[in-house]
Amino acid sequence: MFETLSDRFDGIFSRIRGRGKLTEDDVDDVLREIRLALLEADVNLDVAKNLVGRIRERAVGEELSRALNPAQQVVKIVLEELTTSLGGEAMKITYASKPPTVVLMAGLQGAGKTTTTGKLAQWFRRQGRNPLLVGADLQRPAAVEQLRTLGAQVGVPVFSEPTDPVDVAGRAIAEATRTGRDVVIVDTAGRLAIDEELMDQLHRISDAVTPDYTFLVIDAMTGQDAVNTARAFNETLELDGVIITKLDGDARGGAALSVKEVVGKPIAFASNGEKLDEFETFHPDRLASRILGMGDVETLIEKAEEAFEKEEAEEAAARLLDGTFTLEDFLEQMQQIKKMGPIGNLMGMMPGLPKEARDVEIDDRHIARLEGIIRSMTPEERINPEIIDGSRRTRIATGSGMQPTDVKQLLDQFGQMRKMMKQFAGFGSKKQNSSNRKGKAKKGKQKGGRRKAQGGRVTERGPAKIPKDALTLPGLEGDGPPDLSDLFGRG
Amino acid sequence: MLFATVIAIAALVIVGASFIVLRRDRDAGLTVDPPHLTNVVDISDVIDGQTVDDVGDPPSAAEVDDVPGTAEPSPPSVRERLAGARASLTGFFGSIFSGGIDRNTWDALEEALIRADVGVATSTSIMEAVKSKVEADGIDDAADIPALVQAEMVDRLAGFDRSLSTDVVAAGGDEGPAVWLFVGVNGVGKTTTIGKLAKRETDSGRKIVMAAGDTFRAAAAEQLAMWAERCAVHLVRGADGADPSSVVFDAVEAAAARDADIVLADTAGRLQTKTNLMEELSKVRRVAEKGAGTVTETLLVIDATTGQNGLSQAKQFAEAVDVTGVVLTKLDGSAKGGIVVAIHDELGVPVKLVGLGEGINDLVEFDETEFVGALFE
Repeated sequence: MFETLSDRFDGIFSRIRGRGKLTEDDVDDVLREIRLALLEADVNLDVAKNLVGRIRERAVGEELSRALNPAQQVVKIVLEELTTSLGGEAMKITYASKPPTVVLMAGLQGAGKTTTTGKLAQWFRRQGRNPLLVGADLQRPAAVEQLRTLGAQVGVPVFSEPTDPVDVAGRAIAEATRTGRDVVIVDTAGRLAIDEELMDQLHRISDAVTPDYTFLVIDAMTGQDAVNTARAFNETLELDGVIITKLDGDARGGAALSVKEVVGKPIAFASNGEKLDEFETFHPDRLASRILGMGDVETLIEKAEEAFEKEEAEEAAARLLDGTFTLEDFLEQMQQIKKMGPIGNLMGMMPGLPKEARDVEIDDRHIARLEGIIRSMTPEERINPEIIDGSRRTRIATGSGMQPTDVKQLLDQFGQMRKMMKQFAGFGSKKQNSSNRKGKAKKGKQKGGRRKAQGGRVTERGPAKIPKDALTLPGLEGDGPPDLSDLFGRG
Repeated sequence: MLFATVIAIAALVIVGASFIVLRRDRDAGLTVDPPHLTNVVDISDVIDGQTVDDVGDPPSAAEVDDVPGTAEPSPPSVRERLAGARASLTGFFGSIFSGGIDRNTWDALEEALIRADVGVATSTSIMEAVKSKVEADGIDDAADIPALVQAEMVDRLAGFDRSLSTDVVAAGGDEGPAVWLFVGVNGVGKTTTIGKLAKRETDSGRKIVMAAGDTFRAAAAEQLAMWAERCAVHLVRGADGADPSSVVFDAVEAAAARDADIVLADTAGRLQTKTNLMEELSKVRRVAEKGAGTVTETLLVIDATTGQNGLSQAKQFAEAVDVTGVVLTKLDGSAKGGIVVAIHDELGVPVKLVGLGEGINDLVEFDETEFVGALFE
């Protein structure tokens, strides 16, 4: 797994602690690491160089703030710089005064143009528009059939004929006017930027439809070549914006930054799933932290929101913090987490986790084994694990196909975790509202922690019980939460 | 190891729940970041459970000039196809690699490798190897460096059998059709590769059956059907949304009944992070061997434009289905496909085939000397 930028910095900065200003040498060391992080995220080499240059200008001589340590301060500068580079002028879709508004889609083979065309149609429908899809990809076998299927799913008509892409596109505009469609989205065949003949064809398609918006569709997994593609398409077509696809994987998406720098046009949309509505406007800040490997908190939140039953999760977290979390809760939460995807990926998205934690390769099969152990316990044992003695342990081990020592280890670890989380909570409420927590802890004791009225209270009182500090970017507040790393060391 | 999971889960529960709380708090009290566009999409309603593949698919067969029957050009050489795209690099190298060896030489080398998507870690390891050779042999002319780097890379990539196996017995099976399974993320060119390969194998006298295992993406089976028609091979397909394992199983049975040699099994593109889809793929691999067939090749298709994520793809797919080789597609563009060097280095999975264009004949065997030569030409 990638090292995050802040991990890399920790070493460098430990030796310059206590100084008031960053010197040029300090900055050089740091910049080397930034460059590396950018390259690992597939940011184009030239783009990375420019960016590092800009960061250097800002970082040298920067007054060290008392609130942040130098590492955090540089990370902040880098993040800001990246966010600015990715963001800039926002894309605003306006509609042609004389309909239809024409949108042209272009890109390499396999970038996701056809699927994105379908998603865009859905998006326009939501805006109350009536799009017409145009199948001008007459090259790839069954591309038009694919578009027709998508059109049917969205409830939007598709126009195409087996003639010539330029003719089809031209005639589609007349068709849209005739049938009263106010948006036309033209899907074109994928083509290599160095294929002059096909690029010329694309130019002629563009001339035939005079698009109001021309979008370049770029795969988030693209490497260094993204800039060549973007440059060539921009020269041929005068792009208005970029759509980045396949952001739902674990690609860090540096290509988006490269393309943005080269084209100078906004990234309009991000496509982040296989469903037609997994398509949204672009968030520069999220991608900036993702490129730096700093965790994609927003995405994690969204995944959590999808997967967790809100009330239950809140209650579980509350019980976890006041130490009344049971193995039953644990089992339940595991089910929720499994819905969010491979656990290793989730860990990667979490900001502020110690490096040791992120390095542990967590296999989803481990979860299955843990589940097996817990499921072999009686309800009573799950709520009150203290009663598990030698003979119970052997029974549980046999039931789950594990060794008694595994069972013991799980219980030990679970106990430790509960203790740790309590400390965690203590830390959080020190800064916030400690009386709140006391009340809670008492309540929790009444019952072995089965979910009951507790949860409602937690919600009412809001985030007071949650250590907010743990959620900011790597300890930007200065002193961070208790270190999780000693526990991971054992893992 | 196992028990780190306990902590991980706890941490996730905390984080997950706190976020929900925090967000609700924020939503209630504060203004949310201004949306990037004026029109914000409401992504809450899902259209009746329908899903589509995220991607338009692979490159296609070109039109007229590739219709079977017309004069067939001989398969292209990697170097020929790449010549145009690479021209720009030559001048760059010419100027840097002359005179003495200094820091600039190494910097330039590193840059060249990174631009080719070889990645930082693999580039560093290649450079270390070259550096120690330079020191050991007392080389002091920068002009010698490119050749040394090429030799080092060829060396790393060499020594693999790149032929595609049909030896069912060696793969632990009994007599029956060999199955070649094609896997990869969305849009890399799996279907197109199968089309080209069907042509190649049919030409060399083998009897082929295609399995339209991509039952997910709209019109994927139609796309493969067009290839099947073009190559005049039998295609087995299921209903849209059918279980891909059963389609592949049926294809194997059909192949056995027809006494075919090879089943080319297509699968839906999937991002390697989607656990359930990766499990589905493992199942396809298992079920392919339930009947008369034996999987002798599992080919991971990788797009040459892919950056460092290719390594993650290779790792995850190798874990799910035991990949036997890589097909590197779209190498006729300006992308150099250097990620396969990293994949080869880390996982020892050889590149077996290279896709060099949209024509039915544009699929050639990988040749490390040509590939590396093209990187540095």
